[in-house]
Amino acid sequence: MKLLRPSPPRPGRDRGNGRDGQGVGPPTKPTAKEQAVEGAASAIGWLDERTGASPILRFLLYRKTPYTNWYYTLGSATLFAFLSQAVTGVFLAMYYEPDPTRAYESASHITNEVFLGEFVRGMHKWGSTVMIILIFLHMGRTFFFGAYKYPRELNWIIGVVLLVLVLMMGLTGYLLPFDQRSFWATVVAVNLNASGPIVGPYLADFLRAGAEFGPTTISRFYALHMLLIPGLIIALIGAHLYLVVKLGTTAPPWLKAEKKDLLKEEV
Amino acid sequence: MADPPKFDKKSRYTEGRGTAGAFEGETVTRRRLMEGGAQLAGLVAVSAFALPALGFALGPIFEDTIPTRWQDVGPEGDFNDESYVARVINIVPEVGDPGKTTVYVRRFNRERDTTVEGQEPQPYVAISTRCAHVGCPVRYIQASQKFVCPCHGGVYGFQGEVEGGPPVRPLDRFYTRVAAGRVEIGDRFSLNSHFERFSPRDPSNHLDGLWQYIYPSRPTT
Repeated sequence: MKLLRPSPPRPGRDRGNGRDGQGVGPPTKPTAKEQAVEGAASAIGWLDERTGASPILRFLLYRKTPYTNWYYTLGSATLFAFLSQAVTGVFLAMYYEPDPTRAYESASHITNEVFLGEFVRGMHKWGSTVMIILIFLHMGRTFFFGAYKYPRELNWIIGVVLLVLVLMMGLTGYLLPFDQRSFWATVVAVNLNASGPIVGPYLADFLRAGAEFGPTTISRFYALHMLLIPGLIIALIGAHLYLVVKLGTTAPPWLKAEKKDLLKEEV
Repeated sequence: MADPPKFDKKSRYTEGRGTAGAFEGETVTRRRLMEGGAQLAGLVAVSAFALPALGFALGPIFEDTIPTRWQDVGPEGDFNDESYVARVINIVPEVGDPGKTTVYVRRFNRERDTTVEGQEPQPYVAISTRCAHVGCPVRYIQASQKFVCPCHGGVYGFQGEVEGGPPVRPLDRFYTRVAAGRVEIGDRFSLNSHFERFSPRDPSNHLDGLWQYIYPSRPTT
């Protein structure tokens, strides 16, 4: 194997230390650590040569950032909450049955019988609330720090669309346990949609797949909840993060005041 | 010395515009035609899957999802014209319990019931328990002769007319008929505040005056 062979001498560097007259000797075998480092470096080099990833990663990760504080982590916290929802949601989907006669049984089967089912379902349930709280805190940080202003208006708009999509996730997910509370809450929520003038009644028909809560209503909510809306959310999170990287992070508003003082001192 | 050929950039013909290899009488370059053709083919290909898929998802909006089914709720002797009797009917049989709903049934009362000119009154009054506010189930309280909604405090009188709270119109009813001495319940219909009949609307939809056009009747009902 190539890795285990001694590396050829580099130009200008003689074999051995050359101090005691034994300038040229047999090549020394690299240590295990040197081999590991060299192996990893060459694997990364192989990838980098073929993908051109390093300038992209440098652009993404080695950005100039202003002074920040803990409030700047709320966006990443929301992203983390989304990832947690995505992972737990995918695994819940392995046990859940989106059928009006089976939904409640399969949900209680997850809670009561599946190994760690109560924990995973609980993470998904409470995680949804945590995610919405984090979104509003993140939004508040952006608002009070003035981070929505030029040139970041588009990112604010994308964020608002993401907020609406996450609320739609909350609405469509609430039906799925299919107990009395979730059923009647969804009935009320769909009728609230029906109260919109002209399009409202049709929107309610679309959500229920008909005039009444029918056999495909729950599978419709399920498809919206785990395929359509998450797909849109992932796409928009990509756009949101791209703009964060492209436009950079805003300094907190009080930094500007400090700078002005510095300028005065210089004069 | 010959003058260089003169081209008119605004010419209708590619030859006139000086395009290399232009044919006589040609107005669109071959490159442009190919570009347009490729984009058109892409548009056709995308529409070929996107439009049917969209129609598939939106389809239920345009079809009648609740077929007429007459359901027996008991012999005529079970009902009177002074108080309601609760019966359970099945609106959507395929979904089990969520498809069932309670109706309050009584005989038509010649003295107490409001009649509308030009509309034959139903032999039995079958009141839907779906609140006209946002659709919670209402309960009839015999002592006060009122329907009360637990969610947001809607109160309805003996005929289902709004007496208080947020509901926007009287409680919906079902068509009734008597067959071989037994009372049967059919399709749902909605009422405005003058007890005029309309095709069924969702809760929260007003029906008086111009509101009936703002909340139109739908193909699903």
